[in-house]
Amino acid sequence: MLLLSYLRMKLLTHNMLTSHVKGVTKGYPLLIKATEVKLTDVDFNSEFVSRMIPKIEWSVLVEAADTLGHLNDLPRDLPPDYESSEDFLRKVHHVLLEVEVLEGNLKCPESGREFPITKGVPNMLLNEDEV
Amino acid sequence: MEYTPPDLYESDDVVSCRNLFEVAPEEMALPCKQACKRYLLHLAQEHIEFRLPEIKSLLSLNGAQFIAEENFGEKSPFWILNISSEEAARGIMKRTVCAKSIFELWGYGKTHEELYTSLKKYPVQDMGHFLKVDSTYKINVYTFNKTLTHQERITKIDALEFMPFQGKVNLKNPEHVFCLLEDYGSDPNRIPEHPLNIYFGRWIADGQRDLIRSFSVKKRHFIGNTSMDAGLSFIMANHGKVKANDLVFDPFVGTGKASRKNQKWRGPDENIRANLRQYNTEKSYIDVLVSDASKSIWVPKMLFDAIITDPPYGIRESTRKIGCQREAAKSNEEWCGENHIPASMAYHLSDIFIDLLNFAAKQLVMGGRLVYWLPVYRPEYKEEIIPHHPCLKLISNCEQILSSHTSRRLITMEKQKEFEAEDELAHLIDSKFSPYQGHNSFREKYFSGLTKKIAKQVTNTSKMQD
Repeated sequence: MLLLSYLRMKLLTHNMLTSHVKGVTKGYPLLIKATEVKLTDVDFNSEFVSRMIPKIEWSVLVEAADTLGHLNDLPRDLPPDYESSEDFLRKVHHVLLEVEVLEGNLKCPESGREFPITKGVPNMLLNEDEV
Repeated sequence: MEYTPPDLYESDDVVSCRNLFEVAPEEMALPCKQACKRYLLHLAQEHIEFRLPEIKSLLSLNGAQFIAEENFGEKSPFWILNISSEEAARGIMKRTVCAKSIFELWGYGKTHEELYTSLKKYPVQDMGHFLKVDSTYKINVYTFNKTLTHQERITKIDALEFMPFQGKVNLKNPEHVFCLLEDYGSDPNRIPEHPLNIYFGRWIADGQRDLIRSFSVKKRHFIGNTSMDAGLSFIMANHGKVKANDLVFDPFVGTGKASRKNQKWRGPDENIRANLRQYNTEKSYIDVLVSDASKSIWVPKMLFDAIITDPPYGIRESTRKIGCQREAAKSNEEWCGENHIPASMAYHLSDIFIDLLNFAAKQLVMGGRLVYWLPVYRPEYKEEIIPHHPCLKLISNCEQILSSHTSRRLITMEKQKEFEAEDELAHLIDSKFSPYQGHNSFREKYFSGLTKKIAKQVTNTSKMQD
């Protein structure tokens, strides 16, 4: 069980975040600008990775990984029988859970509003006048 | 061109999500088609209200239904259940913190004679495997609400001589353990001479109550708050039917810690703002959830398998800092052990739950569960005040009493209907969806009195300092 309680800027999290700036209709996906990226070690769990794949937008993951320079040889198209390929699942695991943005920001694609990421934690707060 | 969110109702994502959980709703009460066996569950006598929802959830998680016998006593430490397989029985025990042990029930009676008759009726072919010549076994005697002497226990075991035990007794390391359990009622001041219920069964497995002990040291709350014990945390996960590889979300985690940093004493208004600021930087999405839930930071998809949380009810204020011990004892301040609600925050409370339910309705997978604590002012409590939502079905409502007039209730809801735009505003159209607001208004009055007292203290203190 992955407890998504602490919003560390993993690409899994990024994949599920959207801009909520007032009036914005095309707030997804947020553009990542990273000044500091960290690689961590997370135990590989193939079943968990398999279960997460249907929850995410594949093309957004690929794009985000590419932006951070960690695309490696992850395919741009999701292979049909991914559940049975451990090799593939390991690559997905790495990109989803082991690449963390420590410093940088997430930028709303429509309004340009930037949400800062500090020490791995994104601040999605809007100011009172933006809500 | 307008932004169209991914189509929730036809995309492959959602179909896959649907496949990921088992469809075993409890109302689908198919009678035991396979030969259901009777099992005896021996439960710990704590968190009594929380036990049945826990066991039901765990049964469901293991593909079994809750099938109790006619005289099922929810408050009893002994439950006879019909379970479809031993595997399911073991599955429950791997997760439960409410049940101590489970036995394959071989006999039951209200008197020893009834028990022996019952044992003689148990199919010999089902016993045989465990009583073989080359096997080892032992028999334990367990008595609830009474202490027996060693000799009394031996006598009871000897009375079972008529049973076809062929193996050797091994007290240290037997292959099979059997248990004679006697229930002497629930009144420690009036212990009957003879037991009220007697059971005999083959021990299958123990529950996970050891986890409570091993986690309680690590999870010590520094403020001295003991309201969230380790057992309750596990119970919450079980009520939520959380399983391996689920994506579980807690929107409010860490708020307790944030408030702890606020050591310097300030007036109540300042405390609210300071804490909100801390909450905001600690867990930024809390602000979004509380104040602007219609604009969630999450993609509008059904992402989470479960949402398990303890929402922040307000600010924690130490009774010492307020200065008057007597007042503190009388007042409503031991609110849910964790946080307090000053008057100006009180109106937010029902908003939190409306927002939380809408969030869950939108972002839970179908069949996914929301588990959260609801603070309650006991003298005014009615079942009707539990928040409703058109997409969420109420599964259970378990009270933990905190003081004579406060408690909190663990509410479990299950998503049964997909979210549609009009569901978000249900609470405005139909007052039954936001009954908690009425409950709140009394507390607003109560706390406004408290705020005046605090304000007076501030004035007095600052006068003294001048």
